[in-house]
Amino acid sequence: MKKAFKLEGLDCANCAAKIENAVKALDGVTSASVNFMTTKMVIEGKDTKFDEIVKAAHDIVKRLEPDVIVKKA
Amino acid sequence: MKLSSNRKRLLKILIGAAVYAFGILYKTDNNIVALSIYLVAFIIIGGDILLKAVKNIFHGQIFDENFLMSIATIGAFAIGDYSEGVAVMLFYQVGELFQSYAVDKSRKSITSLMDIRPDYANVQRDEALEKVDPDEVKIDDIIVIKAGEKIPLDAVVVEGTSTVDTSALTGESVPREVFQGDNLLSGCININGLLTARVTKEFGESTVSKILDLVENAGSKKSNSENFITKFARYYTPAVVIVAALLAIIPPLVLAGATFSDWIYRALVFLVISCPCALVISIPLSFFGGIGGASRSGILVKGSNYLEALAQTEIAVFDKTGTLTKGVFKVQEVVPDNIPREELLELTAYAESYSNHPISLSLKQAYGKEIDGARITNVEEISGHGIIATIDDKTVTAGNAKLMRKLNIPFGETDGVMGTVVHVAIDNVYKGYIVIADEIKEDAAKAIHDLKEAKVKQTVMLTGDAKLIGEKVASQLGLDQVYTELLPGDKVQKVEELLAGKSPRGKLAFVGDGINDAPVLARADIGIAMGGLGSDAAIEAADVVIMTDEPSKIAVAMKISKKTLRIVKQNITVALAVKAVVLILGALGIASMWAAVFADVGVALIAILNAVRILNVKRFR
Repeated sequence: MKKAFKLEGLDCANCAAKIENAVKALDGVTSASVNFMTTKMVIEGKDTKFDEIVKAAHDIVKRLEPDVIVKKA
Repeated sequence: MKLSSNRKRLLKILIGAAVYAFGILYKTDNNIVALSIYLVAFIIIGGDILLKAVKNIFHGQIFDENFLMSIATIGAFAIGDYSEGVAVMLFYQVGELFQSYAVDKSRKSITSLMDIRPDYANVQRDEALEKVDPDEVKIDDIIVIKAGEKIPLDAVVVEGTSTVDTSALTGESVPREVFQGDNLLSGCININGLLTARVTKEFGESTVSKILDLVENAGSKKSNSENFITKFARYYTPAVVIVAALLAIIPPLVLAGATFSDWIYRALVFLVISCPCALVISIPLSFFGGIGGASRSGILVKGSNYLEALAQTEIAVFDKTGTLTKGVFKVQEVVPDNIPREELLELTAYAESYSNHPISLSLKQAYGKEIDGARITNVEEISGHGIIATIDDKTVTAGNAKLMRKLNIPFGETDGVMGTVVHVAIDNVYKGYIVIADEIKEDAAKAIHDLKEAKVKQTVMLTGDAKLIGEKVASQLGLDQVYTELLPGDKVQKVEELLAGKSPRGKLAFVGDGINDAPVLARADIGIAMGGLGSDAAIEAADVVIMTDEPSKIAVAMKISKKTLRIVKQNITVALAVKAVVLILGALGIASMWAAVFADVGVALIAILNAVRILNVKRFR
């Protein structure tokens, strides 16, 4: 399953890289990318774990960049 | 929303700066009063940074830029440099504000390059026109596109004629005329007429969605430079912080006469420049700008890694038909024998008029006049040989050498002729021949020339066509090597051989039309598909898609790639050099915290402005 999210208010490129690395390391994620320029996060992962993955990704964003709002793209 | 938050920041900075200015002008000997004024200014300006730093520590995030700036400025206060503490925070905030503004601005200018997303579609429903979201339109719905509107979905014209501006997709500035039955590609703009069209693809599958998706997701395939910087950033910050800590503690203990306050100040300079942001921001920005600029020229690059690889192209391998040639047959030569040239062409076109073979079509096209069916009687097609037809009481025999031999008609040998030869006899007397061949694209020679100028070492052509034809095309275009009479599988093998022969850093690019060379496109370092407009196969199989039919766009893509890489290199070098110099000067006690703030945000700003230069794509036309 593959889903894209919009990270509103993402204005630090280093944080984008940190978020990407953290999401990539989640269990069940096959690929993840955060595009600083389009402020888009794309996550690809196992269907069975996808809900957990999305929730964990939200937490990661909140922890690393509290000002960023995650929206469905 | 963004703007208002930036305005709030600006307001805070201005008020803080005013308090700070007051603190400088209001000279007092009372340390407590001075400290209070500066502290107020400091908290107004940098309060949010301090807050974020504290929050992030609780989230397990140390060494982030907020924390580092907080420590550096609080440290300045601790050693009695109040004024400098406030100033550093002030400049940091001003720099951040500029940076946020610049990033926002460049994001907008890049995305406006790709502003091809249609907002609505006019759907015909029960005699009335309804304005709906393109997402809601189904296949076979009838849509109406008025002059000046974007074509919302891929469709086919059922009524009306118009001219269509395809420049947003192809970079081609000459508008295209469309008539009933022509395909319309979403994302193009209808210039003048009113078009009624039947939808052929849903919005998600339409050209415009595919292209937007592709460009927006291009950032997920990262270039080596981006990976290098992310890795670098991971070690750089902790390393600088550790050095700063050592700098603050060891020299005062070891060196005679060294004071803690002096060395702590030097350590604080280190902390200020320990954030890698300038590098981390400017590099993806440069690549994104390059990809945006390329897409504006009708070149879709599927990832930063491919944009990076293009500059290192060492071998360019071309497929012939459809890539360097038009893939359309055309009459090249009419060689009459004792008959007017026009008459030979006319009679041959008439004889072939019942066939839909590409060769017959090209004859009809070359003749250019209406075929009067009444003049033709008795058409006989001899499979694999040709046609015998009766036209105006004349028996016209048109076909290959085998046909002439079969009918015992003496004819001239045409061994040296390129292309397909149609021999013609009238009443069993040989009257000459017509040569039909594929046509070389207008810009094919320029394409090869430009590539050589761009320092591509080898240009190679692979073709399934006959040796004679392949070699002639290759020599006309100035290609270095040509391999002919290849089967599709042989092409992969040839590319493997060429890959083995190139230098380790050089890249091999294969250029094809994406129709039956998908395996070769996949095998090459960079697969480039031509004429991608409307061809899903090409868009899917290739790494780079040239939207127009022009092979010369490959050299353009290389130019954009080289310019992008040049800017990336400039940014890395300047950022690293300035940081290194300030670090050294800081350690020696020469650079102040002011210099450090410049090294941090100033360089980031310069890097962003430098990266935005790529958007100036007009030069590549």
